[in-house]
Amino acid sequence: MTVEGLKRLPGGASREIWLFTASHPDGRREPLVLRRDPPGHVIESSRAGEFALLEVAAAASVPVPRVRWCAEEAEGLGSAFVMDFVAGETIARKLLRDPEYGPARAALPEQLAAALGRIHAMDLDAAALRHLSRPEAGTPPAAAELARFEDIQRAIAPDPHPAFELAFRWLRPRVPPSHRLTVVHGDYRVGNVIVGTEGLRAVIDWELTHVGDPMEDVGWLCVRSWRFGAPLPVGGLCERERFFAAYERAGGTAIDPEVVRWWEIFGNLRWGIMTLMQAQTFLGGVRNVELASLGRRTCEMELELLALMEGGA
Amino acid sequence: MQDRPSALELLRAVREFLEDDLVHTLEGRRRFHALVAANVLGLVERELHGEEEQLGRQWDRLAELFTLDRTTRPAALSALRAAIHDLETRLVERIRAGEADSGDFATRVRAHVRTTIEEKLAVANPKYLDAFSREPTTGRV
Repeated sequence: MTVEGLKRLPGGASREIWLFTASHPDGRREPLVLRRDPPGHVIESSRAGEFALLEVAAAASVPVPRVRWCAEEAEGLGSAFVMDFVAGETIARKLLRDPEYGPARAALPEQLAAALGRIHAMDLDAAALRHLSRPEAGTPPAAAELARFEDIQRAIAPDPHPAFELAFRWLRPRVPPSHRLTVVHGDYRVGNVIVGTEGLRAVIDWELTHVGDPMEDVGWLCVRSWRFGAPLPVGGLCERERFFAAYERAGGTAIDPEVVRWWEIFGNLRWGIMTLMQAQTFLGGVRNVELASLGRRTCEMELELLALMEGGA
Repeated sequence: MQDRPSALELLRAVREFLEDDLVHTLEGRRRFHALVAANVLGLVERELHGEEEQLGRQWDRLAELFTLDRTTRPAALSALRAAIHDLETRLVERIRAGEADSGDFATRVRAHVRTTIEEKLAVANPKYLDAFSREPTTGRV
């Protein structure tokens, strides 16, 4: 087999995605994707874990790219894996604005709700998912995630962020109880799905997946940043009621809007702290202008946090 | 005192080169990063343009919150930045201690934090701030 046309795709700031064509001895040619993390990033997860996760997701009928090959320490590559190339668009602003994606926008709320329901039905006890982080027995996932991000913020941010402190004070006494633990994708939104003009083709970017409260994914999808300037609250695509109903119809459990609201507020806090992490990666020596600029996006989430908290105690 | 063009004028020239010229010759990842770079230069222009006044206003608000003597405001910008960092750190400690959970201090803290965030956004992303003003989050779902 030979590799041709190796090209780096524009991806998130914390990962590398390379497209190439594999030419087989029998003359077959197929487009494939190599996924790896550059060294030195604050956000790190195991590529072998992501590979195994994608196999379990495929078995649960979640639309995902088929995974092909994985190496924890491939020579010269570090931790990496290869999967099928899925054609389509991932750039959220195009998907939410360009006329050709009108049919996709009409179909996506129900498609995203159904795929999320299948993610939340994935078998937690599958051996391949033992690597996922999960809350300690008896600790509500919301309390565990809140404590985890508070620790992260204390560890990486020497500069004061009063809006985040107000959010921690607001969220802690309102931690929702959890009725069930599921796989949580962890970054489920437009931008992390591959979409054709007809609709959803694949769910990607599984590096933040963990075990927790399924409502975390629903709240995350409502975070203002993931509307990319479009007015509708759920990913810029639809009203909350439509998404909640579609999720319930697709087999997800009944949704309590107040619980989703807690996770939406937490989601803004989490994404705000993640921008601090990205800036910290830059300050730690990873020279990348996009990482550098993310440090100045923190205030977007701070403003949204204040507005959400003022909406009612 | 340096000669013209000023730092702001030079930054603008580089940004316009990126936006009007270089970006059109690039594609994919490098084009995206050139656009990010141009955006960052625009941010720095806005920051330099109003920084001294913004720092003064933030210190004044913190002085009000902590009942400090206004005449103690540092004159040098580096000292002013350090003083603001110290006062915001004190504010964070009081929030963590629960002093801003409710009551008059809580109201005054929120007003200060909100204004400071809006001043950060006016530099970092004025379009976001405008959109937020047009379609504010109500908090109700």
